[in-house]
Amino acid sequence: MLLTAILILGAGTYTMRLGGVLLRERLTLSPGLQRLLPMAAAALLAALAGTATLMAGSGFAGVARPAGVAVGALLAWRKAPFVVVVVAAAAVAALLRLAGVD
Amino acid sequence: MRTIQRTQAFDRAQLRDAVAIAAAMVAVGASFGAITIAYGLPTWVPFAMSTIVFAGGAQFLAVGLLAAGNPIAAVFAGLLLNARHIPFGLAIGSTMGTGWRRLVGTHVMTDEVVAFTLAEDDPARRRRTYWLMGITLFTSWNLGTALGVLLGSAVGDYEALGLDAAFPAALIALILPSLRDRATRIVALTGTAIAVLATPFLPAGLPVLCALLGLLTLIRFGRRRES
Repeated sequence: MLLTAILILGAGTYTMRLGGVLLRERLTLSPGLQRLLPMAAAALLAALAGTATLMAGSGFAGVARPAGVAVGALLAWRKAPFVVVVVAAAAVAALLRLAGVD
Repeated sequence: MRTIQRTQAFDRAQLRDAVAIAAAMVAVGASFGAITIAYGLPTWVPFAMSTIVFAGGAQFLAVGLLAAGNPIAAVFAGLLLNARHIPFGLAIGSTMGTGWRRLVGTHVMTDEVVAFTLAEDDPARRRRTYWLMGITLFTSWNLGTALGVLLGSAVGDYEALGLDAAFPAALIALILPSLRDRATRIVALTGTAIAVLATPFLPAGLPVLCALLGLLTLIRFGRRRES
């Protein structure tokens, strides 16, 4: 039962991954629609970042995580290297938690 | 000579980015491995999920439901969470190549791989970035899973390391350049607001898909441009 569930989840996920890619090859899209696709991806990635920053389950994520992400985002905006952004975001969240602020 | 140097510099920066995200992936993967064992699930389960499913969010969600004895819910919740890969695939197309490269390459498509890929403009760089990040993340995620299973609760909580803040920050850094375009910025920010507001009311996965409604802001744009 466990293995069946994992196999179905894996096969379904793979089908969706490959499906989008193959669909793109089969469709002839107008330039306007082609411009829309990276925008759609940017919206999904931004929403992933936004929900992962602010929400934990169906509630608010607290202070430490949004603060860490905010510092990371600010550094990214100031064109800091990617590594600095990632490490700073984690460090701020970890230090706030160490100080008892979650 | 100059071209070669420039290529090497690019690769070094890319490798550094890959190492940074891989280190975080090992730690989160270890949490996944440890949690799965702590739930009382068999040892092979985390390995099977990290290789066959290879989607972090869906794996965490699914093991909770599997441990609760609800495999059907685990499958449905996991698939709903992974449905965003369809628009991701539409956006990146056959960046990874065709034939067997496409069949193998699509398996390692994740949020981070898509974000890294779309951050590049040149098709050759895109392809290299896709494979570099895809292989790096698949390897580090599975290495992390194994460490988590071996070390159990000793790997600790990745939230204590602040890694729950590292991943959203990484995504923001990667999409920031594309947000310089005004229309993209409005679409993305509107979509994010919709997703955050919908999160308390909808099952996991749907709120992020609702971000696609942000594209509707383009209708207003189009009209304004005409007038």
